[in-house]
Amino acid sequence: MGKLTIEDLKRLREDTRKKTVLREGGATVNITVHMGTCGIAAGAREVMDVLLEELSQTDRQDIHVMNSGCMGMCSSEPNVTVEVKGQEPIIYQHVDKNRMRQIFKRHVLKGEIQTDFALARIQ
Amino acid sequence: MREISLHILDIAENGIAAAADLIKIKISESRLKNLLEITVSDNGKGIAPELIKKVTDPFFTTRTTRRVGLGLSLFKEAAKRCSGEFNINSREGEGTRVSASFVLDHIDLAPIGDLAGSITCLIMGNPGVDFVYTHEYNQRSFTIDTRDIKRELDGVSINRPEVLRYIVDMIKVSIQELKED
Repeated sequence: MGKLTIEDLKRLREDTRKKTVLREGGATVNITVHMGTCGIAAGAREVMDVLLEELSQTDRQDIHVMNSGCMGMCSSEPNVTVEVKGQEPIIYQHVDKNRMRQIFKRHVLKGEIQTDFALARIQ
Repeated sequence: MREISLHILDIAENGIAAAADLIKIKISESRLKNLLEITVSDNGKGIAPELIKKVTDPFFTTRTTRRVGLGLSLFKEAAKRCSGEFNINSREGEGTRVSASFVLDHIDLAPIGDLAGSITCLIMGNPGVDFVYTHEYNQRSFTIDTRDIKRELDGVSINRPEVLRYIVDMIKVSIQELKED
């Protein structure tokens, strides 16, 4: 792999802009990865890696990923909250790479809550 | 923490929690001095003088959701374990600077780990925050500044997957080039 240049970045900007123009709109799914010390030590960065992979494979631009701090549920980290617009947020626990892939493919893309890994529904 | 890069991610997240919009991460590896130095500074709200001595106490936290605060204490212990030093300076309203050094060939030094992953993770989860990442290796160095990247992107979001993958590759290639003979 050669060194990436500013020209690559410009090309990337133009390609991304073309795609973005076609699908403008706000977030309909918010995914929050809790990244306190406990979350990071338990594998939250690897969960973010999976999210980047999965987002690269979909053309959905309404899915937003963000980080936040610890919720206080350190023993169930990594915790991930998925909030689909118009629905109650679901907190998932002990999320590893495989769980994150399943949550993304089933809950985020298809709306099927993965109750096996769910810790709580925020009401 | 099993990697130094996870400590960096954790300390940078502290800055973001303190409402910083600019985080500077500097990593300096010197084979000559046999030293790894890491500095994370932010322009967040800072720490009150009466609290600064307590922040590396694992049983002190300002949070109300739990009663322990391990991030800084683990980082300090990792440095001490590797015959290094740990410092934290902060001014209220101006920001905080955390630095730690490690003896490079110390048997207890954890691997530096996936730096590209940690930096990209920070950008992905906090697109509104800017990051300046400088990596020095012996006499050579490179810097990645998200303000420059955002300027080139000209309105395209920095946390688009295509852009993030570009940043991951850019960091990996830059580190590799830095360490080539």
